[in-house]
Amino acid sequence: MVLTRTASDARPALRRGTVLAAWLAVLGVVCLLSVAIGTRAIAPATVWDALVHHGAGADQTVVRDLRVPRTVLGLLAGVAFGLSGAVIQAVTRNPLADTQILGINAGAGLFMVLAIGFLGRTDIDQYLWFGFGGVAFALVGVYALGSAGRGGATPIRLTLAGVALGAVLDGISAGVRLVRPRAFDYLRFWDAGTIAGRPIEVARTILPFVLAGAVLALLVAGSLNAVALGDDLARSLGANIGRTRLLAVLAVMLLTGAATAAAGPIGFIGLMVPQVVRRFAGPDQRWIFAYTVVCGPVLLLSADIVGRVVIRPGELPVGIVTAFVGAPVLIWWIRRAKVGTR
Amino acid sequence: MSLDFGRRTIVLRPVTRVPVRPLVVCGGLVLAALATAVLALGTGEVDIPPAAVLRALAGSGSGADHLVVVEWRLPRVLLALILGAALGLAGAIFQALTRNPLGSPDVIGFNTGSFTGVLVATATVGTGYYVTVAGALAGGLLTAAAVYLFAYRRGVQGFRLIIVGIAVGAVLTSVNEWFIMRADLTVALAASIWGQGTLNNAAWRGVGPAAIVLGVLAVVLLAMGPRLSLLEMGEDAAAALGVRVERARLAYLVIGVALTAAVAAAAGPISFVSLAAPQLARRLTGTPGVALVPAAAMGALLLIVSDWLALHAFAPTQLPVGVLTVAVGGVYFVGLLLRQGRKQ
Repeated sequence: MVLTRTASDARPALRRGTVLAAWLAVLGVVCLLSVAIGTRAIAPATVWDALVHHGAGADQTVVRDLRVPRTVLGLLAGVAFGLSGAVIQAVTRNPLADTQILGINAGAGLFMVLAIGFLGRTDIDQYLWFGFGGVAFALVGVYALGSAGRGGATPIRLTLAGVALGAVLDGISAGVRLVRPRAFDYLRFWDAGTIAGRPIEVARTILPFVLAGAVLALLVAGSLNAVALGDDLARSLGANIGRTRLLAVLAVMLLTGAATAAAGPIGFIGLMVPQVVRRFAGPDQRWIFAYTVVCGPVLLLSADIVGRVVIRPGELPVGIVTAFVGAPVLIWWIRRAKVGTR
Repeated sequence: MSLDFGRRTIVLRPVTRVPVRPLVVCGGLVLAALATAVLALGTGEVDIPPAAVLRALAGSGSGADHLVVVEWRLPRVLLALILGAALGLAGAIFQALTRNPLGSPDVIGFNTGSFTGVLVATATVGTGYYVTVAGALAGGLLTAAAVYLFAYRRGVQGFRLIIVGIAVGAVLTSVNEWFIMRADLTVALAASIWGQGTLNNAAWRGVGPAAIVLGVLAVVLLAMGPRLSLLEMGEDAAAALGVRVERARLAYLVIGVALTAAVAAAAGPISFVSLAAPQLARRLTGTPGVALVPAAAMGALLLIVSDWLALHAFAPTQLPVGVLTVAVGGVYFVGLLLRQGRKQ
């Protein structure tokens, strides 16, 4: 799509850039809070000492060995879940799409259950690949089911197909788990979705995949603008729909597979962030994606911080907090929406 | 001048047309369910031939046969039949209300609610049969009320009900996962098995309440007459035909939820039977809408076959029947979506 740039275009871009920078600052603050706040209150000076001077002591160790890996994993997972939601929403032209709702997290879960239960793979760099496989399987399955027939993949049918497939995959993995108590015990701490208690190696393992997925997503963002116009119009504008879809699916696979393997199925981040971000980023996918990269981790880390303080001295896994925040948003949204008057 | 009125003929026509095919199908389904029941009563650690099973049921069998068939195996088989019928009825009601073959209680989150109820009750009150029953009933009913309330906006519309069910279900699932995460392994495993839906704990004391609930609700359903199929024609058409739409819908919703909750209380949330049974029955009977009686018969057949398979297919491992219904229902589900796609 070739549009002539005029002076009037520059100003919104400038404004969007400023807002993005402001969100970046918010992300920085949230990261600091995530390191400082927790079940064990640690003074900011001690945090500084631990990070900059590598000071010794129990508090410093907590910061370095627990809080920092947790925050880094939260950053990566936030980027991954947010961005994969944005990509899916753009590809399917479905504002309701999310890896949780479309059953994609369930696919990753099932494959990991199989890997852990039957093959005994309990290292992340081993079952990570099963996570990718599960995501790919569920993505293809949902899309094939939702788009079968002449009607194509309408938002309603994709959603129903996702819910259905997710329920089936979850049911099967529950069955496998009951037969394999070892997998059950291992995975019940993963099911709710949490970024706590993962060593820094986990974040290091998924980093290249999240980075690759993010780069891919940002690369196809421009082409997804054309897809938003509908297949026919996009084709007539010269967009290569098949290639765009393939790359987008690959991006979702890398992002969701890696994040789900590391942190478990954390829902609603991918649903909410692109939705909310669209209000100040406008309809351009490139801006939406850029904002999502920043705001996804903001939401995830904030939810994680909330989970640490609401039931002191206990902790809520971040996935539970996002479900409690995201479900009302989804309900509010569907009550307002005019879709599905069938 | 005379008018020729043609030859006089007499046509004999029955006053009401007896629906032959649905009757035959219902009879066939019931017979198949009963045959499976006799088979299930006869297989296990001790195999008993069908004739001896029938003698034991009639009260004229040997003492050992009586013990195995009537005391050990009959409660499970009876529960499978009763609960299966209840699930079929509940599914038929929900699918007619949402006017969507996918609108079954398991898809809209009620099962998750009854699981949450049981977990909360176990954590706060303690373990026990009546705690489980009360927890499942309260959880299912509260969830249903919440979903209905959130989805209500000048009436309840199918797709909105489903999405609200997903949202509420997501919250409850996360609560369930939290409980399971905090419990120790054996408790967590037991809770999870219950959460899948299982008849492994079936005993005589569970049969009575289930039979009474199903009987009462079935009578109420009969008394409500053909309103359900009128509702299925759409709000305006039903209102034009004299149905008070919101009131009838609420009544059916309450009955459907009560049936689902009763099943959850007796055996845990068994999924997908209520989804598949009404649709399969509809295909077999060839009726235009969702019919209650064939759906109930189909549900009973599905559940007893699934339970028999769950018990014996992977012996000595006894799977919860819910795992099997999910797998079987899942295959059916995929087919349903594909066919819907082709039709559109």
